[in-house]
Amino acid sequence: MTERIDVIIIGAGHNGLVCAAYLAHAGMKVLCLESADSAGGMSASRSISDDYHFPGLAHVAHPLSRAIRQDLKLDKFGYTPGKAIDTVSLDVDGKHLTIGSTGVSGEGLPARDMSAYAEFRERYLAFAKAVRPLFENKPPRLKDMDFPDKTALVRLGWNLRMGLGRESMYEFLRVAAINIYDVLNEAFEDDRLKGAIATDAVMGSAMGPRTPGTVLTWLQRLYGEQSGPLSMQSGQLVNALTQSAEHAGAKLRFGAHVEKILIENGKAFGVELAGGEMLKARIIISNADPRATLTSLVGAPQLDAMFANRVAQIRGSGVVAKLHLALSGKPEFTGLPESQLGDRLLVAPSMKYIEHAFNHSKYNECSGSPVLEITIPSLHDNSLAPDSHHVMSVNVAFVPYELEGGWAEQQSTIAYKVISQLGQYSPNLKSLVVDHEFLTPRDIEAEFHAVHGHWHHGELSIHQSFMMRPLHGAAQYDTPVDGLFLCGAGCHPGGGLTGLPGRNAARRVLGPGGAK
Amino acid sequence: MKFDHTHFRQALLRTPFHDRFVELSTTEEWMAWNTYKVPRVVDKLPTEYFAVRSGCAVMDLTPMEKYRISGRGARDYLDRLVTRDISKLKAGRVTYVVWCNDEGKVIDDGTVFQLGENDYRLCAQHHQFDWLLMSARGFDVDIQVETHDVAALAVQGPTSWSVLAAAGISNLEQLKPFGIADLRCGDIPVTVSRTGYTGDLGYELWMDPANALQVWDAIFSVQGQYDIHAMGLSALEMVRIEAGFIMPGFDFNTAEATIRNGYDRSPFEVGLGWVVNLDKGHFTGRKALLAEKSRPAKRRLTKIVVDGNKPVGEAFIYDGKNGKQTGEIKCATWSPILKANLALADIEFINGRLPAQLWARIDYQRELKWHSAWAECHSHSKPFYVPEYRSATPPMRY
Amino acid sequence: MNNYDAIVIGAGHNGLTNAAFLAKAGMRVLVVEKNPYVGGATVSRELHAGWKYSNCSYVCSLFRPEIYNALDLGRHGLKVIPLVSSMTFKQDGDYFGSYSNPNIRRHELMRHSQRDADAAIRFDADVMRWCRLIRGFLLRTPPDPGSFRPRDAFEFAYLMKKFHELSESQLYEFIRFFTMSIAEYLENYFENETILAHYSGGSIIGTGLGVYSPGTAYVLLHHAMGDVDGNVGAWGFARGGMGAVSGALASSFQAYGGEIRTDAEVVNINVSGNRATGVELASGEKLSARVVVSNLDAKRTFTKVMNEKDLPPGLLQRARNFKIRGSSGKLNIALDGMPTFPSLPKDSSLTLGHMHFTDTLGRLEKAYDDWKDDRWSADPYCDTLIPSQYDPSLAPPGKHMMTVFVQYCPVEPEGGWTDEKRDQFGQTVIDQIADYSPDFKDLLLHAEIRTPRELEDEVGLTEGNIFQGELTFDQLMFNRPFPGYAQYRGPVKGMYMCGSSTHPGGGVMGAPGANAAREILRDLKKPDSTPAEFSDD
Repeated sequence: MTERIDVIIIGAGHNGLVCAAYLAHAGMKVLCLESADSAGGMSASRSISDDYHFPGLAHVAHPLSRAIRQDLKLDKFGYTPGKAIDTVSLDVDGKHLTIGSTGVSGEGLPARDMSAYAEFRERYLAFAKAVRPLFENKPPRLKDMDFPDKTALVRLGWNLRMGLGRESMYEFLRVAAINIYDVLNEAFEDDRLKGAIATDAVMGSAMGPRTPGTVLTWLQRLYGEQSGPLSMQSGQLVNALTQSAEHAGAKLRFGAHVEKILIENGKAFGVELAGGEMLKARIIISNADPRATLTSLVGAPQLDAMFANRVAQIRGSGVVAKLHLALSGKPEFTGLPESQLGDRLLVAPSMKYIEHAFNHSKYNECSGSPVLEITIPSLHDNSLAPDSHHVMSVNVAFVPYELEGGWAEQQSTIAYKVISQLGQYSPNLKSLVVDHEFLTPRDIEAEFHAVHGHWHHGELSIHQSFMMRPLHGAAQYDTPVDGLFLCGAGCHPGGGLTGLPGRNAARRVLGPGGAK
Repeated sequence: MKFDHTHFRQALLRTPFHDRFVELSTTEEWMAWNTYKVPRVVDKLPTEYFAVRSGCAVMDLTPMEKYRISGRGARDYLDRLVTRDISKLKAGRVTYVVWCNDEGKVIDDGTVFQLGENDYRLCAQHHQFDWLLMSARGFDVDIQVETHDVAALAVQGPTSWSVLAAAGISNLEQLKPFGIADLRCGDIPVTVSRTGYTGDLGYELWMDPANALQVWDAIFSVQGQYDIHAMGLSALEMVRIEAGFIMPGFDFNTAEATIRNGYDRSPFEVGLGWVVNLDKGHFTGRKALLAEKSRPAKRRLTKIVVDGNKPVGEAFIYDGKNGKQTGEIKCATWSPILKANLALADIEFINGRLPAQLWARIDYQRELKWHSAWAECHSHSKPFYVPEYRSATPPMRY
Repeated sequence: MNNYDAIVIGAGHNGLTNAAFLAKAGMRVLVVEKNPYVGGATVSRELHAGWKYSNCSYVCSLFRPEIYNALDLGRHGLKVIPLVSSMTFKQDGDYFGSYSNPNIRRHELMRHSQRDADAAIRFDADVMRWCRLIRGFLLRTPPDPGSFRPRDAFEFAYLMKKFHELSESQLYEFIRFFTMSIAEYLENYFENETILAHYSGGSIIGTGLGVYSPGTAYVLLHHAMGDVDGNVGAWGFARGGMGAVSGALASSFQAYGGEIRTDAEVVNINVSGNRATGVELASGEKLSARVVVSNLDAKRTFTKVMNEKDLPPGLLQRARNFKIRGSSGKLNIALDGMPTFPSLPKDSSLTLGHMHFTDTLGRLEKAYDDWKDDRWSADPYCDTLIPSQYDPSLAPPGKHMMTVFVQYCPVEPEGGWTDEKRDQFGQTVIDQIADYSPDFKDLLLHAEIRTPRELEDEVGLTEGNIFQGELTFDQLMFNRPFPGYAQYRGPVKGMYMCGSSTHPGGGVMGAPGANAAREILRDLKKPDSTPAEFSDD
């Protein structure tokens, strides 16, 4: 070891890269360690049968915020927000509903819902805008606030009271903590529309539409919408982030699996890699799941007992499986024009349907009628599959982490069930499947080191949000171990491809009391 | 301990020695200790007190919570649990410990017995199983409750060694304070530790409950030779205050059971700074205690001698006569041996130090009429009463 | 002649409390009640000759002692006898009992789990901390977050001060408690399945949420923060049934000169020039008053007895959006003798308290799943009591009265309620009890079965919701019933709300009634006759 390292970042997921890039741009010597052979984590692309490529676990995304793009000069490194895609709520009889950025349309949609949708969207976008100070800063402490904490709270208060206005603030106070089910029933009649919006509120979480707190998860989704409409996720984001970080002097090392964070007298001073190599730095930042970071890399003995127990009690068991299909041709969906095949297709015909699917997952069962989010990435990028072949990427909710009867025996049965369920909407699909990959939450845990295969490294429930995310005592990106910080989706404001945890963590490290 | 469906018929458990106490009790004054029925006073309080200070007193310790901690990680586990450096403890030795929550507030105190390699017994005042298991996350350790499976007897007082020797427990003379020895009483195996809560010469005997009465009877069989008395908890309260021992849950609120913010206490605040080792590596509460140490002290549980002879049970302490209220008495006793009013008081510091002049305002009754009086208090840094013979090895023979 | 200072609509316990304080302050007050009897949901009714049923609310704990004292309810005949235990029967023939004797309680916990017995100490201290915090707000009017008035700023400051008395980590823990599900909250303490199920039950009573739904941990407080003579968390029986509570309130009210008219249903609150002027009865009779107070739930108040034209824009929508979610049923049963429960030893005292038959969190959650699909729970959570064991006035000698509160029961099952379906629902409950008491069915003389339909039709509680609106965080404090209307004042001058739809919410507490009276007297610049809280430091 000759070169001095200021910061070691564990994991080169998109948040780790954002954090690395920010710190490198600020002049710190950053080394980012990634156990896989490439960067990106859940947003890194993957392949099956060599010829079929998939955009990764996260197949759709909103663009990164303008601030991050500018700060990290991402556009210079080839980042452009993708082409907007619509969302189609599939109907088994072919009466699909299309939700685009301009509005909602579809056969049998009540006219009232059309106008209500515009109003509804506007109101909730205003709410999402109002809470920006909360999202874009470290969550304020409730005692011993520092100046940034106070400013964030004052700005939040101002946005709510003055920005939204009194009546709208009252409405925000009412809905902020309730379930999406009630809110959607108040606003709309059409089941497909309610099903589609509710899917966005619950996808990735162990929550049904009736679970209180699902308005908040939906607001978190809408936060991303402020930077631009939903598009297909591609490797571009990870490439741009990697280049930005490297350009600023950050080093990335692949195949470097961190086994242990080294601590002496309550202060982190380095990491130990698998194989025994030790690397030292005065600041260690973990992009890994906070549970894995604190329990495995740090270890409960280095923490206070109650804190260690609270870490173990962080809730977050993945309920989304990923089905990747290699197809020998283009699938057809009954009643869906070919022009819409490239959109995001949802199988979530009603909130009741979603709730039933969720019910099963509570008891470690897998519903026979899961909620599906389908994309065909090869329609957007023909390099992903051989000529005239296609790849289909399907998020399957609600698939439990622990399955009654065990996964080993049932994994392929369940994958085939999902394929035949898809067949109800796309009659030719089954005949096109040449290969498939079904990643259960267990596989996601094994591949991406996300504890219990949870996308967001911990449930986005209210009691695990803001100054309680991932848990109090480690909610301002720092941890009880001096010099150890967190920057992943397990931190405020949580999952999704926003880069905010990485950015907020970097600012925390650079801010007062950070890089001391 | 196995409970059946009918346990509700008897709200308090009986220790293996209970029948003997029933035979000896003339006062019928019982109380609950850790859901066991134990005597407050067996016969006469002054007799029981002076048995500790001049003869030999026998007290039932069975209700004390006892935990067996074993396994490869036992030592590291204990080191992370308690504030003291356990790595220095040797097999066959006992040490006094205190443990804190994450905020550095005292959960309980107790003693760690190292019975063998990777084999420890932790004795505690309060119910600790939940906390011990929570603390076990990440350690290779096995924790068992053995409160009900080990009978325990305290034999205390200047003649205690002579009594035990006469009762048939030999090879005890070389046992040093805080030492443990596996011995026999006749042919019954008994583990003896030279420990106690009285500040006097004394031993604690640990045995299978099935043998408890035989050991008791062996001890009392030499009653003709020595003055031996069964003792209740009232006498213990007197001698433990004289010895300067604190009692969590009585002298201060234990952290786990504290409802009101600020009503719990750190080890520094209860005068246990001497068992806190901030340099030994991580333990629960270390960070909070480091921070506390960097700030001026706010309060301390202080040993005081109160002038006069008025009972000082529940008085406030003032900064000077008629001054500002600055503390309160937590426990107190008249010391028959020192002829002094002793107390432990929780006193708020002024400008980081103990107020120079401490006065107590004492409300007391005479023939059912209440009176009020001021009495000056004098702080004391050492235990009030430490008999010299206490630590002699071998002890003085009678 | 028909000119009153105040008319209170509904003679429920909050309406009567409110009226009594107004009368005590010297006002001429009339309470109008649609039923031929007073009490609303705090009643004792003889529906089977010789038996008295507390056929709605059935136990008493939350009722504020300050109100009891200020209205002299003891002299007006109210006696609350503490209840000694609660228990859960297990499917395997065992049971878990929570005894009031702390030593026995500990041994029983130890019988199921040594660890849980110790964890209970931590649990009790933590829950008591939250109880103490919330209790301090019960007899206060919540501040309005949309207002800039000094009074609201002061009340906010008080709120902040109270919260600031917690340590930083306690603050976060409180927020977590406030937003977590009861099951997950309890899992922070306990490991034993039966103990978890036993302590979660209180959090779903009356609530359209499941044990795993965020927000249910808080509901626990509405079953834990009451007290009987200083024993926080203790429950009691009102001697003579819950009608004794409303009886004493009515008697106190009348002693202050108040007037009650039963069989007088209000169909409209009359408004003129943005000011309430009185009420119109179903008979067509009009009564006028300076002040009109509604003890009805917020939804009923604004959608049924107020005219849309008198309401500001948007308010009706908010009333419709107010979450009521009827989810409970009730059985009141006359028994020919004391049923036996073979799981319990003969001399067990556990039949004297709450008895439950649901021993796992999974069963509780599945009961909720049924309700979500508009079915009554096939395996319901039942809070069962036999108060006649204490109270000889409820049943003939040797006979008994049983009250069974049932969670969950839908507002409307598929196709709507019929008497037949109601009886099937009742049979489900009876079968569950009979599983644990073989002679129960033989002793059964009469059962009154109440679904949300009966509760709404008879008592007037929308969807039969016992709390007049869900106790979820979106509907508490300054959000109850809706933000901007949490200070008991209605949308027009002289119109007020005093039911459980207002802060601090449901349970036989009396606090909404007293708080509303304080606000009314303040507006009329009359001396405050309502009590200050007993300081609880």
